[in-house]
Amino acid sequence: MGDILFGLLAIVVGVAASYGLYWLLNLIISLLPERIRKKSDWLAFLTPAAVLVILVLIAPLFQTIAWSFMDDGVKKWVGFKNYMDLFTDERFLGILLNNFLWVLVVPAVTVAFGTASAALSNQVGPRLESIFKSLIFMPMAVSFVAASTIWSYFYAYVPPGRPEVGLLNAFVKLLGGDAQPWITIDQGRLNSFLLMAVIVWLQVGYAMVVISSAIKSVPEETIEAAQLDGANPWQIFIGIILPQVWGTVMSVFVTILILVMKIFDIVLAMTRGNFSTSVLAFEWYKQFFENSNIGPASAVVTILVLLIAPLMWLQIQTARHQETLR
Amino acid sequence: MNKFLHIIRNLRLGSTIGMLILVIIWSTPTMGLLITSLRPSSLAETSPWWEALFNPLSTIWTIDAYQNSLSSGMLDSLINTIAVTVPATILPLMIAANAAYAFTFLNFKGKEIFFAILVALMVIPLQSSLIPVLRGMVWIQKNLHIPLTGTYASAWVVHSAFAMPLAIYILRNYMMTLPRELIEAAKVDGASNYQIFWQLVLPMSVPALASFAIFQFLWVWNDYLIAFIFVGEQKAVMTYRLLRLLGQYGQGWRDVAAGSFISLIVPLIVFFSLQRYFVRGLLAGSVKG
Repeated sequence: MGDILFGLLAIVVGVAASYGLYWLLNLIISLLPERIRKKSDWLAFLTPAAVLVILVLIAPLFQTIAWSFMDDGVKKWVGFKNYMDLFTDERFLGILLNNFLWVLVVPAVTVAFGTASAALSNQVGPRLESIFKSLIFMPMAVSFVAASTIWSYFYAYVPPGRPEVGLLNAFVKLLGGDAQPWITIDQGRLNSFLLMAVIVWLQVGYAMVVISSAIKSVPEETIEAAQLDGANPWQIFIGIILPQVWGTVMSVFVTILILVMKIFDIVLAMTRGNFSTSVLAFEWYKQFFENSNIGPASAVVTILVLLIAPLMWLQIQTARHQETLR
Repeated sequence: MNKFLHIIRNLRLGSTIGMLILVIIWSTPTMGLLITSLRPSSLAETSPWWEALFNPLSTIWTIDAYQNSLSSGMLDSLINTIAVTVPATILPLMIAANAAYAFTFLNFKGKEIFFAILVALMVIPLQSSLIPVLRGMVWIQKNLHIPLTGTYASAWVVHSAFAMPLAIYILRNYMMTLPRELIEAAKVDGASNYQIFWQLVLPMSVPALASFAIFQFLWVWNDYLIAFIFVGEQKAVMTYRLLRLLGQYGQGWRDVAAGSFISLIVPLIVFFSLQRYFVRGLLAGSVKG
């Protein structure tokens, strides 16, 4: 009960204080002589956000890059040693391979499923459409940890002799196979693909909703014209609809690509990085929280940032593109 | 014409069947866990959940697992999660709305560059700044004796900061669509920026504020990493407790299942009741990681 009261109080005080802060900033600016005031009015609005971003995002980012050239306890400089160690470690190369596989598979599969379900749901009538879409979209509200629970149960393995609880193994048995501890099988990176299924499950709803709204804004006339020419539904989709929504499909692809590069929680919750499923963001977690190696952890995350950096450019392009639409 | 109607009807039937298969595949894993959480423990451990699905009437249904879960810590975690989530949604909204106002309606040097930096920051993984922020907080704690780590407030600050790029981006994009003449007219009438922001721009931006609020709420509610690092075990949030349960073998699936669904109730309610705003936010580019 005390916690609830404290929480409520904190919420009220926090909001009041931040309102007061903006009031005060504006007051200070308004007291300045007019010439200066006209030029500095933006400071009253931007300063808190700028301070927050600089202190919690930008400065720490540079600190991390600097630490990546230092030893475990960040006491002395070691040059490129952390990077050399990483790139000569077979396990780390396996991690890079995993990240590469995630990036290769998940965005493409998710966008394919998303486009297919957007196209199909467009044909089933408004009532069914909204029910179907809600059910596929629902996982977006689910945390990575809860999603991992749901799927761990789906993949669950019980030793022989006890009743099966995992649906996957029940299917395998039905088809005449033997139950397997699927999540531990790293041959051909099978278990990594099983983890990828979870993200696909989570993200198809997003892809579907965004692509579906693009499909709905395709001008009716273009479709009707093709129908009159005798095109079948498949030809209409490939030849008329898809080219018009391609920009949207690509932007969804890039968004999921960025998300997948940073994938972390699923690996933590489902395998703790064991059985060769680790990825860069998880390796960072392991180096820091399990081994307290700040230098190597910083090097891992710096590599991740460098790999993502080219996507920043894409992101800025997309932002510019959205602006020209207005 | 008849042939044409025939194709349409077939298309509709085929699409319905296709979607139905997809929806069944999408819902089955969740269904399994939900059914397990509602069965008595003796049955949940000895027979598969789909037996209950096929004989719903002859099965015993119970909410024991939920009561157990709530009384063994999940209720505390629910409160902790709310205490982290609500301010971590309101504060960034307010700070970002102010910043978005500056980016939309005020002129200053370097505006374009600042904004480009913000957009670029949207893709930076949060792991890249967490260790220095944590060490900085520990340093402040040691030298200035202000308790930071292990408090809700530290999570509010970190969540607010990470929300900034996306929040400012979305709110600015929305504010750009507001009629400029209205703001100019208010300026001519002698209104200050402060008045224009609170009385004109903020009320008109409610749709964008709502979609970002939902998005941020779900993000913070479902977050594990920041809660784990900055709030920790003392005030364990639900994702934290759930991960612990999942890691303890022999705990039994039923308890984990009940815990999962307790953590899902609030996001699902928010999600389904405000789905329209959420979708609008997604279309405006709200995705972060």
